[in-house]
Amino acid sequence: MSLTSTTTATRDDGPASRPGPEHRFRRKGPVHRLLRLIRRPLSLQGLLVGATVIVVGYLALVPLGYLIHDTFLSADGSGVSLDAFARAYGGDSHAGEMMLNSLWFAIGSAALALLLGTVLAYVQVRTDTPFKGLFFAASLVPLIVPGILYTTAWIFLADPSTGLLNSLLFTPLFGSSPLNIYSIWGMIWVQGLHLAPVAFLLMVAAFRAMDPSLEESAAMSGAGRLTVLRRITMPLLRPAMISSALLMFIQSLESFEVPGLLGLQNGIYVFTSRIYFVLRSYPIDYGAAGAYAIGLLVIAVIGVLLSSWLQRSSRNYQTVGGKAFRPRPVELGRARAFVGAGVILYFLVTVILPVGVLVYASLLKYYAAPTRETLGRLTLDNYRAVFTQPFALTALKNSLVLGVGAATVVMLLASIVAWVVLRTKAPGRRILDLLAFTPIVIPGLVLGLALAFVYLRMPLPVYGTLLILLISYCTRYLPYGMRYASSAMAQMSPELEESAAVSGASWFQTFRRVLLPLMSGGILAGWVYILIVSFRELSSTILLYSPGKEVLSVLIWEQFENGQFTTLAALGVCMVTLLVLLVAIAYRLGARFGLQSDSAN
Amino acid sequence: MLTVESLKKSYDDTTKRSSKRPSDTGTRVYAVGGVDFEVQAGELFTLLGPSGCGKTTTLRAVAGLERPTEGRVTLGGTVLFDSEHGINVHANQRGLGMVFQSYAIWPHLSVFKNVSFPLEVMPRAKRPGRKEIQERVEHALDVTELGAYSSRPATKLSGGQQQRLALARALVTRPELMLLDEPLSNLDAKLRETMRFELKRLQRELNLTAIYVTHDQAEALVMSSRIAVMNKGRVEQIGKPREIYTKPATRFVAEFIGTSNFMEAKVVSVSGSEVRVDTAQGRLVARGVEAAPAVGDTVLISIRPECVDLSRERRGDVPNEWAGTVLTRAFMGDVVDHIVGVGDLEIHNRSNPNLSIAPGTEVYFSVDPDKVILVPLD
Repeated sequence: MSLTSTTTATRDDGPASRPGPEHRFRRKGPVHRLLRLIRRPLSLQGLLVGATVIVVGYLALVPLGYLIHDTFLSADGSGVSLDAFARAYGGDSHAGEMMLNSLWFAIGSAALALLLGTVLAYVQVRTDTPFKGLFFAASLVPLIVPGILYTTAWIFLADPSTGLLNSLLFTPLFGSSPLNIYSIWGMIWVQGLHLAPVAFLLMVAAFRAMDPSLEESAAMSGAGRLTVLRRITMPLLRPAMISSALLMFIQSLESFEVPGLLGLQNGIYVFTSRIYFVLRSYPIDYGAAGAYAIGLLVIAVIGVLLSSWLQRSSRNYQTVGGKAFRPRPVELGRARAFVGAGVILYFLVTVILPVGVLVYASLLKYYAAPTRETLGRLTLDNYRAVFTQPFALTALKNSLVLGVGAATVVMLLASIVAWVVLRTKAPGRRILDLLAFTPIVIPGLVLGLALAFVYLRMPLPVYGTLLILLISYCTRYLPYGMRYASSAMAQMSPELEESAAVSGASWFQTFRRVLLPLMSGGILAGWVYILIVSFRELSSTILLYSPGKEVLSVLIWEQFENGQFTTLAALGVCMVTLLVLLVAIAYRLGARFGLQSDSAN
Repeated sequence: MLTVESLKKSYDDTTKRSSKRPSDTGTRVYAVGGVDFEVQAGELFTLLGPSGCGKTTTLRAVAGLERPTEGRVTLGGTVLFDSEHGINVHANQRGLGMVFQSYAIWPHLSVFKNVSFPLEVMPRAKRPGRKEIQERVEHALDVTELGAYSSRPATKLSGGQQQRLALARALVTRPELMLLDEPLSNLDAKLRETMRFELKRLQRELNLTAIYVTHDQAEALVMSSRIAVMNKGRVEQIGKPREIYTKPATRFVAEFIGTSNFMEAKVVSVSGSEVRVDTAQGRLVARGVEAAPAVGDTVLISIRPECVDLSRERRGDVPNEWAGTVLTRAFMGDVVDHIVGVGDLEIHNRSNPNLSIAPGTEVYFSVDPDKVILVPLD
């Protein structure tokens, strides 16, 4: 008989449960194995695992189910219909234009981010460029400066009338103000710059995984630098570039902050801002919003599937040799000064300018270009306002509670799921793994909408409380938590657990006294990471918060809508400071975000 | 044909290169601290030394992949590098062939395309026609016995085949000089031994001039026309394999190549090339000493284990005969080793496996005066 049946036979508890010959055949099916698992005596382990499966399944599947249900069922309850889609995409909805905008925005941002990231990664890994430290400082930007603040900073810099770059640089020099941040180009620019560090980190990993002697041997064969780049370096990096391009594409597609702040102004809609717009107009057409959400979800799923398929099929390039490569940086020689200047320029444009302008704006009563007059009237009033008014403190408290709560729940769930997936032979563990990763394809705004569908209908007092935000954050960050927990688990030899079991420890004792302490480094890093990213979460929060229950990112959004730019800046500076602090603590604890690839959304 | 003169490569002290064992000179760290050698046409010249001795850095400086701090590299009549005149020909202009330690086979190209690459990237004026490229690639693949794999993806080759592919790619342009950076170190032991002879045969048949870098002394002895033994960024000795083995110039060379019995001795008399020395255990005669020391000098004596003649009986009529006791015996199939104690000195002997003497037995052993090597103490 097959291998499965031998293992089932040995795992049986006693002769009483041994199957007769005719049963034996059927016993191979997964359903029977699942039944057998349930028939086992209920243990703490079983309960814990079972509860985890239920929670993860609930988090991952229920919102999607409601979303699909509410979108496809017509409002009058007469069965399945595509009315919602007709309203969303048909007629004078300008859906075609919206989709083109979405694609153009996502492709443009991905291309810009990838171009910048690849060039920077090459310079960082393969050359003896000066200021190598600046690269990693710049790579932390998406972590420390949330998208909404980064976008606002660029509004301060490149608004067609008041933007500093226009009024201080272009108007005096060229007599015109060419920069208009409220355009598709402005959106691509901001999104691309904000994503570039993520592309940079991915490409750094790709360059490091590539044997430099592949390029050196081309040089020894007589090929010039350009030929080496064209015929060796680029083809070898193509798989890594394609998969990071797809990641950038999906992240841009899901981005709400940039199109929300920059596009709504001039009616440039993309999927995310369209959903937001539909939900903010009266009467609210939930069906149409759902139809847009499903459209976005489908594109995101296709992207993720394509990217993982490409990654799988491209792995064979990197296994050649398989040795550790000693870095041999290219000596830039005379070009070193130019490259160094480029690095400084990049750092200036992407870090110093945006952060600087936020600080500057936070010190003003009304936003204006710096003249002698405005500089003479700098004031700390905005900070005073932030610290004295209760709403800011409430928002800070809410953000902290949510961040700590989400981080704790996610890491706990993730470590149990990681254990089940990596250490047990439980049937359906692959499905559990898949479930825990599912939320990664759900755009924040789509999740927000789906959760609204769920809890508007459910008779539970969840809607309009912080709990719904907690549920949303837990769902969104479960995949990230999984990444940390499974890598921590995978680094540990199973023999450590086995020796604990042989020493007489029960499963729970082993988990608590051996596994958790050994995984604590990775788990703590994941915990801090989730705390940090949940501070910036806007795209699902924006649909789920209720007045009086704001969090920091929503507060910033409200300030923007009210046109209180200088208070917003002060609040932003406080938020950035807090995040810098958190990241510094995380580094102290040994978390290495520099090597983490998923640090933006 | 190739001349390397006072080649130096240093790094800033701030960049910590733990893998290098540099000779420290102030704030600069020298990976290569002044290396001179010359390679004759048709020679397989080996740079041999432990890891971090600067052999790979030297090779890469010749290749043009690493820019030396000082020195001069000339190939034929062409200056490839000259720090004084600021000449540094780029690696792709030097026209050398190189085999990398990791083979550096391009995984996105087929076997054929890997080999045709160097021909395809030649400057337009020199580039051979399509048909000639085809012929030359096929020839290079035939020579390395890869003809049958021409259309395969390069990643579908075994380790040994990849190694030969790297060789074919380096050969296809018929370079004046081939550089081989530990080309056999990634192969398993059996294959490595076959490939040694294979490489040697190719080098002879095609009359290649090559610089070969390795840390494996057996490989160096088997393959080389001449060997330069390197240590801490300097060349300790250059010579034919037999010279390096039988007449090590320094203690390092004697220790690094093969095993040796060492003892300190004082010179008692010198007559021509015959030197008599006193050790703590007794007197020894050495014959054929080239650089004779002065009477009263302290020198280091090195005796190879296979030069120790072990016997149960005292012969009396041979020079350098000492008595001792067998301490350990180790049978290794093709040879047998005995460790013989003389006072508190342990003498390592290697002999034909026919000889087998139980530990505790009193024995006598002698050393041919020609096999007693005097090494200056450093």
